Amino acid sequence: MKTMIKLSHIHKVFGDLHVLKDVNLEVGEGEKLVIIGPSGSGKSTTVRCMNFLEVPTSGKVFINGTEVTPKNRLKVIRENTSMVFQSFNLYPHLDVMHNLTLAPVKIHHKSEAEARELARHYLQVVGLENKANAYPAALSGGQQQRIAIARALCQQSKIMLFDEPTSALDPETIQEVLDVMVKLAEESNITMVVVTHEMGFARKVADRVVFMEDGRIIEEGTPDELFDHPKSERVKQFLGKILNH
Amino acid sequence: MFGNMFSARAWELVWSFRGTFLLGFWHTLLTSILAIAMSLALGLIFGLMSSGTKTSLKAVARVYVEFIQNTPLLLQICFLYYALSFSGHGIGILASGIISIGLYHGAYMSEVFRAGIQSIPKGQFESAEAQGFGYVGMMRYIILPQTVKVVLPPMTNQIVNLIKNTSVLYIIGGTDLISNTYSFVTGVNTGGAYGPAYLVCGALFFVMCYPLSRAATIWETSLKKRDQMSAAKE
Ligand SMILES: Nc1ncnc2c1ncn2[C@@H]1O[C@H](COP(=O)(O)OP(=O)(O)OP(=O)(O)O)[C@@H](O)[C@H]1O
Ligand SMILES: [Mg+2]
Repeated sequence: MKTMIKLSHIHKVFGDLHVLKDVNLEVGEGEKLVIIGPSGSGKSTTVRCMNFLEVPTSGKVFINGTEVTPKNRLKVIRENTSMVFQSFNLYPHLDVMHNLTLAPVKIHHKSEAEARELARHYLQVVGLENKANAYPAALSGGQQQRIAIARALCQQSKIMLFDEPTSALDPETIQEVLDVMVKLAEESNITMVVVTHEMGFARKVADRVVFMEDGRIIEEGTPDELFDHPKSERVKQFLGKILNH
Repeated sequence: MFGNMFSARAWELVWSFRGTFLLGFWHTLLTSILAIAMSLALGLIFGLMSSGTKTSLKAVARVYVEFIQNTPLLLQICFLYYALSFSGHGIGILASGIISIGLYHGAYMSEVFRAGIQSIPKGQFESAEAQGFGYVGMMRYIILPQTVKVVLPPMTNQIVNLIKNTSVLYIIGGTDLISNTYSFVTGVNTGGAYGPAYLVCGALFFVMCYPLSRAATIWETSLKKRDQMSAAKE
């Protein structure tokens, strides 16, 4: 299997805070990787290093075979990655259609017509084709996040990064977003890296689960291995807490 | 000379010198338009610099803003006009006025833009970056359009202040609206028609400033209405 993402000896330091301590990780093409771990363990920072939203203090990031540097970062991102955030981050001054077509038109140099075609297709995928003309403020959290997923899909990237995509949602709307993500995971060959606390989702779609603590990857394995037969005491503890919620 | 400041005779005098007022109006308008353009350009550039991450650029912007904001405009215009004239590189009254007023209000505009850009949530910048937008594209398509709502009221305020501040041209012998009005009322043949002259002058300023304020208010209201409508739709 081709390696799409490779983190090699990544360290990240914020001021006095050593947030990532020698993180090594490889994600294969089409693989669905879930990252779990307690708050502050460095999950977000790890994913954000993959598209250089955070520049690692040391270590190397390879995307689709290319080493990412501050210089080629934009080019590598444009060609390979898209991201879905916890807080949706839709562009509030643009309606849904323009949220979706902005990057295809301005970054990927598609014609307006092509971009709209693409947008309509992915709106259908997330089940919101009737919202093309709405502004983000008019949508519920779950709908906004589905639009954000559609926007990321419009970039037609090989890699999609998700940083806690359902953590800011009301419990009733979490499922509609998870359903879209499951569909994506099952029907597409997109490489997905998902930070989440949704264990049901992880079990269903993850090829591999990574547990982080205090800036390190402590354990990794298939969902069955990690959830049912965790090796380290720390993972057992964490899962106990999460599952009893 | 005139028993009544507002006598018909005084109004006639103003009317017969209408050319002086119109010329003043024209010079004030011209100075304002060019100085506004300059202050917006400077404000945008320095506002971007001071809201960015490069500390060197931030420092440069800071020096400009602090220096301009903490010295009088009158001093700046005198310096530009007289210092250059006496060193043999005079650029003329109008150009001196446009540049010094543009520089002065550019510093205030810079703060307006900086505040506007800094009011945009961090997630918007990250979203743009994650989509592959570079700095220019991000600012142009994503960040700056969102600042309009925030920037509009203080920007209009600055523009109106700028128009009124063209009166500093008086000190370097300008022929703007205030200077011409003042020359008129203090002139040998024209003296005494204070009331009508100042009223006309004020009316001409009002004609320039009020439509601007109104237009900005209407624009702002329509932006707010769009937000409310989109939020209420669901
Ligand atoms: N820009 C930053 N500046 C300073 N410290 C930061 C920054 N970003 C993250 N940190 C710190 O780094 C540590 C790891 O943060 P990170 O967001 O990666 O954790 P996380 O595992 O995603 O946690 P959570 O589950 O709460 O999202 C935290 O202590 C956080 O406070
Ligand atoms: Mg996080």
